[in-house]
Amino acid sequence: MRTIIELNSLAKSIRRDIVKMIAAAGSGHPGGSLSLVEIMVALYFGDIMNHDAKDPKGKNRDRFVLSKGHAAPVLYAVLAEAGYISKDLLPTLRKLGSPLQGHPDLRKLDILEISSGSLGQGISVGIGMALAARLDHLPGKIYIAVGDGEINEGQIWEAALFAGHHHLNNLIVIVDHNGFQLDEANRKILDLNPLADKWAAFNWNVMVIDGHDMASVHGALQKAGQSAEKPTVIIAKTVKGKGVSFMENNNKFHGMAPTETELSQALAELE
Amino acid sequence: MRDIKFSKATRQAYGEVLTVLGETHPEIIVLDADLSKSTYSNYFQARYPERFINVGIAEGNMVGIAAGLAASGKQPFASSFATFLMSKGFDQMRQSIAYPNLKARFCGSHAGISIGEDGPSQMGIEDLALACALPGFTVIVPADEAAMQSLLPQVLEINGPVYIRTGRIKSAVIYEAGTVLKIGQASVVREGRQLTIATMGLMIGESLIAADLLEQEGYSVRVMDFHTLKPIDIPGIRYMAENSEAVLCVEEHLLDGGLGSIIAREVAKIRPLPMDFVGLTDYAESGTPEELLKHYGLHAVNIADTARKLLKRLRS
Ligand SMILES: Cc1ncc(C[n+]2csc(CCOP(=O)(O)OP(=O)(O)O)c2C)c(N)n1
Repeated sequence: MRTIIELNSLAKSIRRDIVKMIAAAGSGHPGGSLSLVEIMVALYFGDIMNHDAKDPKGKNRDRFVLSKGHAAPVLYAVLAEAGYISKDLLPTLRKLGSPLQGHPDLRKLDILEISSGSLGQGISVGIGMALAARLDHLPGKIYIAVGDGEINEGQIWEAALFAGHHHLNNLIVIVDHNGFQLDEANRKILDLNPLADKWAAFNWNVMVIDGHDMASVHGALQKAGQSAEKPTVIIAKTVKGKGVSFMENNNKFHGMAPTETELSQALAELE
Repeated sequence: MRDIKFSKATRQAYGEVLTVLGETHPEIIVLDADLSKSTYSNYFQARYPERFINVGIAEGNMVGIAAGLAASGKQPFASSFATFLMSKGFDQMRQSIAYPNLKARFCGSHAGISIGEDGPSQMGIEDLALACALPGFTVIVPADEAAMQSLLPQVLEINGPVYIRTGRIKSAVIYEAGTVLKIGQASVVREGRQLTIATMGLMIGESLIAADLLEQEGYSVRVMDFHTLKPIDIPGIRYMAENSEAVLCVEEHLLDGGLGSIIAREVAKIRPLPMDFVGLTDYAESGTPEELLKHYGLHAVNIADTARKLLKRLRS
């Protein structure tokens, strides 16, 4: 397996891909893509997920669901790095005819597990996959990334109640807890605290980690797959726009592409 | 050929007019589901923070809260993207708004495929079918800033729920400032005798260009703005049916359950005519608004093509 240092340097190159592809598209969501990078890199390149780019629909695979679909750029960058899609596709993000749609689109890119973009639905979909794996006696685990704003949605908590009740220990949810949603900071709209207690009260195994510390991320994901009877939630404390100084905690970059000058500055910082 | 001007997006006009109305109507309460900067309900928030509620990303809850406010004598205006508002708030609109017939108002922005690059998950293309399915709802699509200025104040007087559809991109300027439109009354934006194009919203501009193209080929084409889909303007449809040889419905919405299906039903009752329909039949994709309109057949050129075929059918 790759060392933590190697994973970190991979994370940096994924960040470069993200800002480049969003700049080329002229629109997109850098903030919530950059906050997910360590998590995605650990999942795909840290020997966490059982996956194979040569057999993307392999029956025993683990599955990844990007419930916060607007973070599609980080998913595309990781899928390209892992060899599922050509890196040449990255600059076609959001362009007419591209398989790299603004939000993940299963019809246009069939190696995806599901389409997303309307927030709040990914855990339920993941539950369906987890139940199917259980029924078919398959080993696959289901990893789902949700946003902290996204968990405002009632469906998230219906799903949480269900997964706890049904002991879906093959279900692993990662909350990208970057503190912001679209209009403002979470705490100005709906305070989520105490967040860990909420999930624990729904009978989930809960871990709270620094979502940019690769060793913690990797360690938590490794443990997550081993819970005996509960679904696991990893609350990853992250920084929106992580890695690019002027995007960090600057919610202007929730859904705005960098200009050319901003792109050069971002790339210089990500050297 | 006609030089169509583009101006303020209808979502922005909504935010501006609503803010003006807030001054004289203290009962107006504005709600949003974490999209206030996109729906422009943030204009109201800036002026009347105490009468603005950001419920978070929870559209169903927002519609339910609007019901409670309306049942308590307030006049709620709740906004989000059209698709999230109508799809995620639908049962709440049915059970807690339409069924008790409350005076609650909803504004769905980012309607149609002209939102562009964000792609299908964010495009409201079923919103009108959903809103029109609900008994007692009034459903309007203001075409531009002047239409919004004329129609939105009338919404305050409607004794039942209302759905207002707005768009993301700049709107084609159809009406002069100060134009008076009436909810429930379609407006003739271009006169003609052979074919009527029945349309609304962003498609009016495209239809006008199409009508000009057709006129150069010797066809006489009327364009009507059905800014109110529900209740549909029966006298307007009668006028159209009795004074045209064919009707073409054009909409930035799925064909199933949209403007065309409503108009066809009424035309069939009044005076059946050859008709055709331009609209969407499936989810679209990411692209620039202009590219998408062309690709999915909603461009003036596509409208003119379908119109030509319909007119040729008449002659044969
Ligand atoms: C159901 C639904 N409502 C609204 C939106 C519009 N929207 C897109 S991103 C976003 C904010 C998401 O916040 P969060 O989940 O915290 O993501 P992050 O801040 O990590 O980007 C909103 C409201 C949506 N995509 N889906």
